Amino acid sequence: MNVLERKIRHAVDEGRTALIPFLTANFPDKSRFWPNLMELDESGADIIEIGVPFSDPVADGPVVEEASRRALADGVTLRGIMKELLERKGFFKAGLVLMGYLNPFLQYGLEKLADDAAAACVNGFIIPDVPFEEAAPLRDVFRRRGIALIPLVGLNTGEERMRLYAAESEGYVYVVSVMGTTGERNTFAPQVADTLRRARAVFSLPLALGFGLRESSQLENFPRDARPDAVVFGSALLSHLDSGGSAAEFMRRWR
Amino acid sequence: MKNAYFGEFGGCFVPELLMPPLLEVEAAMRDVLPTMEFKIELEDLLHNFAGRPTPLTYCPTLSRELGFHLWLKREDLLHTGAHKINNTLGQALLARKIGKTALVAETGAGQHGVATAAAAARLGMDCTIYMGSEDVARQAPNVVRMKLLGARVHSVESGTRTLKDAINEALRAWISSQASTHYCFGTAAGPHPFPTLVKYLQSVIGRETRSQLLEKTGKLPDAIVACVGGGSNAIGLFAPFLEDADVRIIGVEAAGTGEPGCFNSAPLNLGAPGVLHGNRTMLLQNNDGQIEPSHSISAGLDYPGVGPEHAWLHKTGRVRYGMVKDDNALAAFHRLCKAEGILPALESSHALAYVLNHPQEFAPDSSVIVNLSGRGDKDLDIVVKAGEM
Repeated sequence: MNVLERKIRHAVDEGRTALIPFLTANFPDKSRFWPNLMELDESGADIIEIGVPFSDPVADGPVVEEASRRALADGVTLRGIMKELLERKGFFKAGLVLMGYLNPFLQYGLEKLADDAAAACVNGFIIPDVPFEEAAPLRDVFRRRGIALIPLVGLNTGEERMRLYAAESEGYVYVVSVMGTTGERNTFAPQVADTLRRARAVFSLPLALGFGLRESSQLENFPRDARPDAVVFGSALLSHLDSGGSAAEFMRRWR
Repeated sequence: MKNAYFGEFGGCFVPELLMPPLLEVEAAMRDVLPTMEFKIELEDLLHNFAGRPTPLTYCPTLSRELGFHLWLKREDLLHTGAHKINNTLGQALLARKIGKTALVAETGAGQHGVATAAAAARLGMDCTIYMGSEDVARQAPNVVRMKLLGARVHSVESGTRTLKDAINEALRAWISSQASTHYCFGTAAGPHPFPTLVKYLQSVIGRETRSQLLEKTGKLPDAIVACVGGGSNAIGLFAPFLEDADVRIIGVEAAGTGEPGCFNSAPLNLGAPGVLHGNRTMLLQNNDGQIEPSHSISAGLDYPGVGPEHAWLHKTGRVRYGMVKDDNALAAFHRLCKAEGILPALESSHALAYVLNHPQEFAPDSSVIVNLSGRGDKDLDIVVKAGEM
């Protein structure tokens, strides 16, 4: 069982929903990023997703795109992120996932990426512009080092396509809750529960719900058979930190 | 998905949320494109609405000066002023056949936006165009045209505020609107199946050219030349000639201002392989894989990527890709105006400039065809500002 799956299972066994904060590298600035990451880790994050900035983030809404733009303007590179992660190897209780678009990973070199990620205790990757059809080469490179390539499925992913992913995936399943980009929303479409049920029937992996989450009360209305095992929050956390709030304070709302 | 690659280039690198609509387009290409009903309706639109076939015009003055026979394929004479309408009518008709009621599209120079808006109006569809705010400012008349044709125009403020960012925004919009909306992609790039679909719809340029020259001279051309931004006019001209080993094929990229290290739009000559906008292709990028801003005096060539089939044709050597600088394109623009009475788009002026600047590459009495992909009316402001009247 991949580390990431184990982390979520552990939370579920404790009777809670696993928490997966997302933070774009270098956010909100160079001096505060790593302390924020440590604080998320100490405040009960089960898994932390670190956003690798890209110039053309098509799956992201305005908040994450702006964070990505700021990181690039500050000279953040994948090389730099990997180096800093390696220096902090073993600091984090939470599982670590890098989320970013394919091209920076490709230019880094996939074999080297997988080697360096394994050395830095990175447990998984989320690459939103790699659908099932293009995933095989990446999955193989990662799998040899025990690193998971996390699949994303959405409200328009039918059972048939879910089965394709289910046969090959590890870690957890990222269920995208909106037909759109990342960013907070007030309500969920009724199809979200259907999608979670569909995913539950097809995947044996834990389900993480993400995109559009703002507060824990959004989950209360979910029918019992359609509750996710984990929740991912990005834009809401970035906005909270950007307006001067602390990571610990944000995490308390979810515990 | 089938045949998503041209050698190592192409593919379908998009979020899972866009896979169902792309698979739907692929299925429509398989089930609808080949039907007689579709072919007849598209033929009617191209003939009676867009103005096909376009002439193949001989250039007597320039031919005399150059010492070989120069022909122009006159896509500039099409409705809305460029080859773009070949693609938008085809995609709009296809979209309507599979029950879509709206089109979304990106545009750089505004030509594809205008052509999409015209096709949408003609076929009774809703239309939304995404355009970088830089381009909105420098191509203002086309923004007015789109609005007059009933389209909503969204000015995109993210990134470099040009074509590449307009594509990002249109892709995002398509994620949420896919149930009712087709993404009418403007060039032979993007995720599979767009490179193949756009080539199919633009190949009418090459098919007509081939039969027109055969009819006029009894021979195939010695060389065919087209400008390459995303590469749709070029692949449309080239595709029917790729098997003809004796026909030299030349694509022309925009070299920008031309000094070493300047911003340019020549990823085949100056870029490296990578993934952007759904396909693996040649890209302008830095060592970290971040996309570099592009530049060309012609907004229609101002893009840091290129269609994946061009990347493959470049790699195999079947097509040679040259470069032309901004000032040489301007000079070619003026020379064609005065010598032949035709006002070319600055995009097409790059293709013409290559021929004018390299006459020694073409044998005496050979036949050379340049694709005049669009007319220059939209570029008058830029040309006047550049001076040299």
